[in-house]
Amino acid sequence: MKKLLFISVLVLLISACGDRIKPDDETTTANNDTNAGEDAAGGATAGGIDDGAGSGATALEGGMLVSYEENAINDPNNVLSEKIVYFVFDSNAVGDDYVELVKHHGKYLSFNINASVRLEGHADERGTREYNVALAEQRAQSVKQLMMYEGATNDQISIISYGEEKPVAFGHDDESMSLNRRVEIVY
Amino acid sequence: MIKKIIILLFCLSFTSVAQAVLKIDITEGFEGALPIAVIPFQWTGAKKVANGDVSSIIVSDLARSGKFSPVAEKDLIARPQKLADVHYKTWRIAGMDHIVIGSVTAQADGSYKVQFRLIDILKARQVLGYSFSATNKTLRDVSHQISDYIFTHITGLPGAFATRIAYVTSVRSKAGTSSRLQVSDTDGYNPQTLLTSDQPIMSPAWSPDGSQLAYVSFEGRQAEIFTHNIRTGVRKSRSKFPGLNGSPAWSPDGKKLALTLSKDGNPDIYILTLANNKLQRVTNHWSIDTEAVWTVDGKSIIYTSSRSGKPQLYRQSVTGKAKPERLTFEGRYNASASVSADGKHVAYVHGEGNTYRIAVLDLATKSSRILTDGPLDESPGYAPNNSMILFASQEKHNAVLAAVSVDGRQKQRLAFSDGEVREPSWAAVRY
Repeated sequence: MKKLLFISVLVLLISACGDRIKPDDETTTANNDTNAGEDAAGGATAGGIDDGAGSGATALEGGMLVSYEENAINDPNNVLSEKIVYFVFDSNAVGDDYVELVKHHGKYLSFNINASVRLEGHADERGTREYNVALAEQRAQSVKQLMMYEGATNDQISIISYGEEKPVAFGHDDESMSLNRRVEIVY
Repeated sequence: MIKKIIILLFCLSFTSVAQAVLKIDITEGFEGALPIAVIPFQWTGAKKVANGDVSSIIVSDLARSGKFSPVAEKDLIARPQKLADVHYKTWRIAGMDHIVIGSVTAQADGSYKVQFRLIDILKARQVLGYSFSATNKTLRDVSHQISDYIFTHITGLPGAFATRIAYVTSVRSKAGTSSRLQVSDTDGYNPQTLLTSDQPIMSPAWSPDGSQLAYVSFEGRQAEIFTHNIRTGVRKSRSKFPGLNGSPAWSPDGKKLALTLSKDGNPDIYILTLANNKLQRVTNHWSIDTEAVWTVDGKSIIYTSSRSGKPQLYRQSVTGKAKPERLTFEGRYNASASVSADGKHVAYVHGEGNTYRIAVLDLATKSSRILTDGPLDESPGYAPNNSMILFASQEKHNAVLAAVSVDGRQKQRLAFSDGEVREPSWAAVRY
């Protein structure tokens, strides 16, 4: 078991960097806003990916570490440091670009039975408020299901849905709205 | 163009208002509105109180209803103080149907006696006359009551000026976002805060008797439904299940709340009997079912469901035995119903592409009509007299409240001087 925990792998995040629907530089601020006080720094998107447009090559070279050690979630070079899953409009499906990330978090939970997460579901401002709360909960449920396929247990995962009530970006443009359609994984 | 100018003027005046009250501006309308002259009331024995300028309050109420076109004070052709002074012929030539005269008389104990008379010019006589006792504090209430009497007498519709509205505001600062549940008079004056929270507050809904609000608060780091007595401030936690606790809606008899819960897996609609906390499940579907409102007979609910793939409105008996009937078919996004007080129409949010507008569905003919321009209109709710639909609207930098007449011809904006304002709800009765 211990061995497993210490297996560290370099993963090439092929295409994942460039193709994600979501966004770059605003993410760091976003995290600080919503996680106020709770692992603010740890919640930031990892370096290689965070550098924004054109940085895909750098991220590929450097790669990201995958490790399910207990403190791995606090390592900015670990894939687990990425803790936000973004969604397309009016959809609760975890997009292809995020399946691996969610699975990594699921595995982490399965290896660290004392760890737990709160999945915070969010929506953009379009559509009605209560429908968006329901939609954002379904997003969090999708993330939870995927984590459980990887061995996380029901008891380790709690869900809260805020719908459109807690945006991280306040514009009314596509960019802002894509930042707001998200599930935050909060350890 | 005219509309733009009015909005601009509005913005200018708006910045100078320091007090956190709603400001109301009529941006479109007046077609077919009834002419009426409200003569400034005569004040005896006391100086006119600014916050209780009775005739101005009546003028603004009547204008806001969209059904009246009151004469501006400077354009009044005469200012009769007594019935005997009214020269009917002059008013008839001026094209006036009704005039209102009245007085405010200070009493020895510091209170006021307020009298008004509604005069029908064609009939050449007084058709309504009342006397009220008021204090400094209740002068505005009394003024709104007078507006209701006048409105009801002439239109045949119940008045709704003397009740209250509730809404949620949010102010963003470096410290975070502060949400407030506010209650004010229907003209935005006298705002009072029922709840302040650094977590979201949602979906305020008035009890049918106007004594309580049900709402969703995230103050406990989870969604929780409370009922809150607006007079005593006493509140009760009504629903705090794991997952969603949302969309509270009072039954017409005030004894039950329809709610959305996801405790059994996914969002479904339940009915909570307040007296015994008994919970009854109404919908049971893997999709999203939420935003229930009651039909006026209390036998059915109308709600939003994504069972067809996209959100649409459905009607279903509260016994849950009959199959739900789909009500909306046009467009990919139809949600958040509000039933008119006569039960004949449903206002809802209609989304097309990135544009969300308020539409009205005629339940008998199943035909619907779009009333507003968007782009992000939401939370429609009928005024208790069915004359207007209040809703939340997004402007460039701010969320404002707006109202549209049920025929779509009159539009107004009710902007808030401080932060965002949303989720308006209009009480049927002033408690």
